Amino acid sequence: MAANVTTPGAVEPKMWLGGIEPMKASYGKLMMWFFLISDTFTFSALLVAYGTARFSFPAFTGEHSDFTFSNMYWPVPERVYEAVPFLHGISLPLVFVGIMTFILIASSVTMVLAVEAGHRMDRANVEKYMLWTILGGFTFLGCQAWEWSHFIHGTETGTVMKVIENGTWIEKTIFGANLTENQYGPPAFADFFFFITGFHGTHVFSGVILNILIFFRAATGFYDKRGSYEMVEKVGLYWHFVDLVWVFVFTFFYLV
Amino acid sequence: MSAIEGLETAHHHADEHEHHHEAQNFWQKYIFCEDHKVIAKQYLITGILWAVIGITMSVIFRIQLGLPDSNLSWLKPVLGGWISDAGKLDPNFYLALVTMHGTIMVFFVLTAGLSGTFSNFLIPLQIGARDMASGFMNMLSYWFFFIASVVMFASLFLQQGPAAGGWVIYPPLSALPQAHPGSGMGMTLWLASMALFIVSQLLGGINYITTVINLRTRGMSFDRLPLTIWSFLITAVLGLISFPVLFSSVLLLIFDRHFGTSFYLSDIYINGEALPNVGGSPILFQHLFWFLGHPEVYIVLLPALGITSEVIATNSRKPIFGYRAMIASMLGIAFLAFIVWAHHMFVTGMNPFLGSVFMFLTLIIAVPSAVKGFNYITTLWKGNIVFTPGMLFSIGLVSLFVSGGLTGIILGNSALDIQLHDTYFVVAHFHLVMGAASAFGLFAGVYHWFPKMFGRMMSTSLGQIHFWLTFIGIYLVFIPMHYVGIAGFPRRYYQFTSYDFTHKFMDMNMFISIAAIFTFFAQFIFLWNFFYSIFKGRKAPQNPWRSNTLEWTAPINPGHGNWEGDIPAVYRWSYDYSKPGAKEDFIPQNIPYSQTPESNLPHENEQIAMEKLIESQNFNDQFKSNH
Repeated sequence: MAANVTTPGAVEPKMWLGGIEPMKASYGKLMMWFFLISDTFTFSALLVAYGTARFSFPAFTGEHSDFTFSNMYWPVPERVYEAVPFLHGISLPLVFVGIMTFILIASSVTMVLAVEAGHRMDRANVEKYMLWTILGGFTFLGCQAWEWSHFIHGTETGTVMKVIENGTWIEKTIFGANLTENQYGPPAFADFFFFITGFHGTHVFSGVILNILIFFRAATGFYDKRGSYEMVEKVGLYWHFVDLVWVFVFTFFYLV
Repeated sequence: MSAIEGLETAHHHADEHEHHHEAQNFWQKYIFCEDHKVIAKQYLITGILWAVIGITMSVIFRIQLGLPDSNLSWLKPVLGGWISDAGKLDPNFYLALVTMHGTIMVFFVLTAGLSGTFSNFLIPLQIGARDMASGFMNMLSYWFFFIASVVMFASLFLQQGPAAGGWVIYPPLSALPQAHPGSGMGMTLWLASMALFIVSQLLGGINYITTVINLRTRGMSFDRLPLTIWSFLITAVLGLISFPVLFSSVLLLIFDRHFGTSFYLSDIYINGEALPNVGGSPILFQHLFWFLGHPEVYIVLLPALGITSEVIATNSRKPIFGYRAMIASMLGIAFLAFIVWAHHMFVTGMNPFLGSVFMFLTLIIAVPSAVKGFNYITTLWKGNIVFTPGMLFSIGLVSLFVSGGLTGIILGNSALDIQLHDTYFVVAHFHLVMGAASAFGLFAGVYHWFPKMFGRMMSTSLGQIHFWLTFIGIYLVFIPMHYVGIAGFPRRYYQFTSYDFTHKFMDMNMFISIAAIFTFFAQFIFLWNFFYSIFKGRKAPQNPWRSNTLEWTAPINPGHGNWEGDIPAVYRWSYDYSKPGAKEDFIPQNIPYSQTPESNLPHENEQIAMEKLIESQNFNDQFKSNH
């Protein structure tokens, strides 16, 4: 584009007068932004629901060292998420989820680099950084799968809890968690954990699929032919959004 | 500096890729069509079919309520087993009818049928665009709506009946399949249908917003947009923000129903046996639901108000009174819509202080609503009113909006609501202010834009008869209903024959039912007029209402792309009616000020200098770019 050519009589177009896309934002990019606004509310609703459940249960009030799992109060997250693969039996609170979070944020950085390479029409770098982003996404999903699996299987001793079964109160030992019972605390804790991290994981998964599509199209020269790598930017917006949501999910489930 | 030169180069480059119009086959032209006009008609026809089903349901349960002794055996061919051998309506099916009437009318008729039809039809035509930003997404939006419709329609034929927990589907009733016949497969299909419906709304809404922002023709700045477009834009934003919350709450409900979670369930006994669910909160669902549910009221109403603004200004032959105040009040209503939801929940045991906060916010809505009401009346004041059917329905809308809005002030009061909650007073209130008012907006829109949609005119006299019968009928139904509500009749009851306090109101209930049946039959005049005129109506002139907006500058039967040649540029707002000094009593938006020196105001003469700029700023014609 001869963007720098100034000739007499040339006028700066008026952005809001019609006949032009305001601020040169393409319709696709606008649509992505509006979709993200909408998705923000989907996640907000879930997190608000989580918040109401969280505060309808009493918190554990004693010393952290005295903490035991019980469905009478909300668990302390450091004691729930303290496992790391290959380090069985060692208490490493929040280490694994910290690694996961770091990987996801790092994949956002590589996404930025891919978008930047796209602005320069640098196909090789777009391919390289998209591959790193895809790898980051898959690693995060893999970590999440491990964490879910660990959460589902539970500790070796389990927790003795009073629950209703077939209409009567009974005491039983519960191992791990699923959607109806939970050894770490009230069932609502596991319900929300599975639902919200699962819903986020679904978003990450669709993001990875989109990233693969972008990588494929970049690699086959589709965007070079089209003359624009804007699609990388649009999918990048989605990827950053998914990362941002994770920051909130992480805060609410693991830190608060 | 990105000069016009630069863009111009890009332009020529793009010209080479100009769209080639291939002959379209039947499927591309009428079924999987990406043309906004066809999609609008698809929405309209589907909406009308749903309206027929939804209103018929209401007549059936009105017969049950007002004429409890009547023998309904004649409905057996349609309802089959839902009518007992003694000719009585099955009580469970009564609940299903009420639920489906609400669902169908709110979502499928007044959301998809109203907003889907007119946003699709008018946005590109009135802002001067070839089509929506993404025709493909627009098509997907309709077909998601269609699948949602099929799923909902299929649920009517289940042996156990469709969903029956009320259109608000509160858990635990909706969450426990064993709670009620309608909470089984019927509720499953309801939830599936609504999830698809939300996807459709999202695809449509994103498209509407983007199109309005990006594809306005040259000169169409935001302060020259017709109020219809403003209302569709704000409606789309409301939907964009509120529907995802319903989506979340529906997903959680699906998990409670099918996967054993306890998001909304706690401490429940069924037949004396305790359920294992602990820790959930049914009130949580109400909060999430009404965070959609209240904006939904405005999603239904705002397009109708936008249509009314346009029709009233055109047919009063006067500029709309308070154009900017209209926009501001719509923005105000839209903002307030999100912070008043708990006024639906005053009796859920919420903190009375919180109740008073929500009461305060709710009552503030009366301010922008009153601004709109006054603006309509002052627009009519001393106008040369033309009583077209569209105009009559618009004036009718204002009347219903005012009389329904008054009772809103009563219901918004948390102390009074304790008495009136879930009575027929509420039913009468929202049927006037959002139900009938929006339906009037829909009628006004159909009568007004029918010539543009089908190139033919609807019969004016049949339209006028239809209006008067409907208008009188609606008031005959809903004014007495307020009294029944004050007397304490609760909503959703199968019959009122066994309580002492209801006996002396039986005649009034019967009157309401007869008025409802009367209004129902009046709608067949519309159906006849509509379908007959599509094929046999008088051929329409290009601008039958002598209106200013851009759609009337397009050919009578606009093809794909709406305008032949260049899209017209816009030089003025759309309300230059009866301008002093002008030759005609209307000046369309595409007439430059330089051609109307006799009627220009001083500041408008200054705008003549802008015309060259406006004309040259032609960068987003979808036929000339890579869209």
